[in-house]
Amino acid sequence: MEKTTDRNDYNFAFLDEGSKREIRRSILHAIAIPGYQVPFGSRELPIGRGWGTGGIQLTMSLIGPHDTLKVIDQGNDDSVNAVSIKRLICATTGVETTTDTAKADIIQSRHRIPEEPLREDQVLVLQVPQPEPLRGVDAHEEVTRQLHADGEYTGIWVNLFEQLLTRGSAFRGADHPVMVDDRYVMNPSPIPRYDNPKLHQAKCLYLFGAGREKKIYAVPPYSKVESLAFEDHPFRKEDMSGRRCRLCGAENVYFDEIFDPQTGKRFYQCSDTGYCLKRRNAQEQTEKENCL
Amino acid sequence: MNKKFPVMEGKHITVRFGDGCDYCRSQTDLKKGRCPICHTIWAVRDVNFQLYPGEILGIVGESGSGKSTLLRTLYFDQPATSGEAFLSLYEDGKTNFLEVSSQQKRYLRNHLMGMVYQNPMLGLRMKLSSGANVAEKLIAAGNRNADSMIERCKELLQHVEIPTERLKEQPRVFSGGMQQRVQISKAIANNPPILLLDEVTTGLDLSVQAKVLDLIRSIQKELGIAMMVVSHDLAVIRMMSDRTMVMLGGRVVEEGLTDQILEDPLHAYTQTLVSSLL
Repeated sequence: MEKTTDRNDYNFAFLDEGSKREIRRSILHAIAIPGYQVPFGSRELPIGRGWGTGGIQLTMSLIGPHDTLKVIDQGNDDSVNAVSIKRLICATTGVETTTDTAKADIIQSRHRIPEEPLREDQVLVLQVPQPEPLRGVDAHEEVTRQLHADGEYTGIWVNLFEQLLTRGSAFRGADHPVMVDDRYVMNPSPIPRYDNPKLHQAKCLYLFGAGREKKIYAVPPYSKVESLAFEDHPFRKEDMSGRRCRLCGAENVYFDEIFDPQTGKRFYQCSDTGYCLKRRNAQEQTEKENCL
Repeated sequence: MNKKFPVMEGKHITVRFGDGCDYCRSQTDLKKGRCPICHTIWAVRDVNFQLYPGEILGIVGESGSGKSTLLRTLYFDQPATSGEAFLSLYEDGKTNFLEVSSQQKRYLRNHLMGMVYQNPMLGLRMKLSSGANVAEKLIAAGNRNADSMIERCKELLQHVEIPTERLKEQPRVFSGGMQQRVQISKAIANNPPILLLDEVTTGLDLSVQAKVLDLIRSIQKELGIAMMVVSHDLAVIRMMSDRTMVMLGGRVVEEGLTDQILEDPLHAYTQTLVSSLL
């Protein structure tokens, strides 16, 4: 079959230099005002909007030829979405990829923050479907921008109160809103509540990109990030105690629950596949060393 | 609170829809408040009023006379074109509260004023439970203790005779009278010194009207709230208000004690209004 495209047919990292420069300026703006949503000119990509185009544009503007990339989708390194994104970025940059969190310079993720704590020299890029925490309060962008400017978040608190009153819990399963640096309320992208505390005083830079909604926002290293909760109902993350990964035996991590309809049994396995694989490799290595 | 000084005072409040022209600026009594040349509508024109602590001030007039627009302006739903308004409890009554920042406006709405709209859709979020609707005022005032808010919501709903079991139900499943009562409980949640009531009994049947009016009077007696009551129904004004303002074409044409207005009206429009009632 005839080869139709080559890496050299595209500019490095697909986007033209002007676009990358504009996105980098928006990133700097977002870092300067933690939690504030910076509008940007979201570019057309060979991927449909809503499939991680915000995250891809952030990654493509930041990546250099010597960086190592890791892409995960709901903790999984091998899902179709993660593989497609990885292939696009690799085809247009030629960078190396890894599944090991510790070896990556840039990690692009959807719905999860890796289990391994991130370092100061790492950047985590999160794909965001709905960046506006006030969208459920008012459908108009003009109004929500004014509410952010005034620090008026009554609507979000009322929604949490409604949830507590009618369902007995004020916490959302994913995308539970957080207050950044006591100023802006932010949607942390649909990460599980389990990952919310990882944003607080983190060493790494978190970047959030919403391609369809054309917004970028950031949590810079060592920022104060608090999950919203009432005084008498303090924030609680999902309880993973008493569960164990069926593959690596890990405890106190975020698990995927697998139901076997044949036996009716429930299994748990690490949601972060890279972390699970690393643990299993280490166990195997130790066993080999012990045999020798 | 000093009873000699008004809790709220409005000076030369004007609300205009359109730019106006030399003709309508010079005319003081435009028919229906509408300029025949530039079609500008003078919804409220040069209105002055004083609301004293603990009193009920009635505003009466025909449809389109500017009563509701005046109330909506005082509650920041409608910006004023010109004029000033003062609250004795806000910066010693020295700041024109119509021109403060949006944050200050929210503070005033949540701490010093309550509003009950004619249409419950404007005052309530129909997809939220009645408890959350009432709690909105408490949350806006800075309360972050959920259990104490639930208790306060139950107390407020009980006060307006809504069973506490219906706390989790959405107001859209309530009757019109019940929706108005939820609105009233929301409006008084933070014990504001001023309550604005815009045609609260319109569209309700007579027995429910009487219940709602009795409730408002009992709340006024109990909490000593100053109220501005807008209605086109003179019977409601006669029953509720201590003083009355009569509006026509955006202007106040007559003002005085309610008994005096109803027994001895001076302005031709008020005379027609009263004679049509009698």
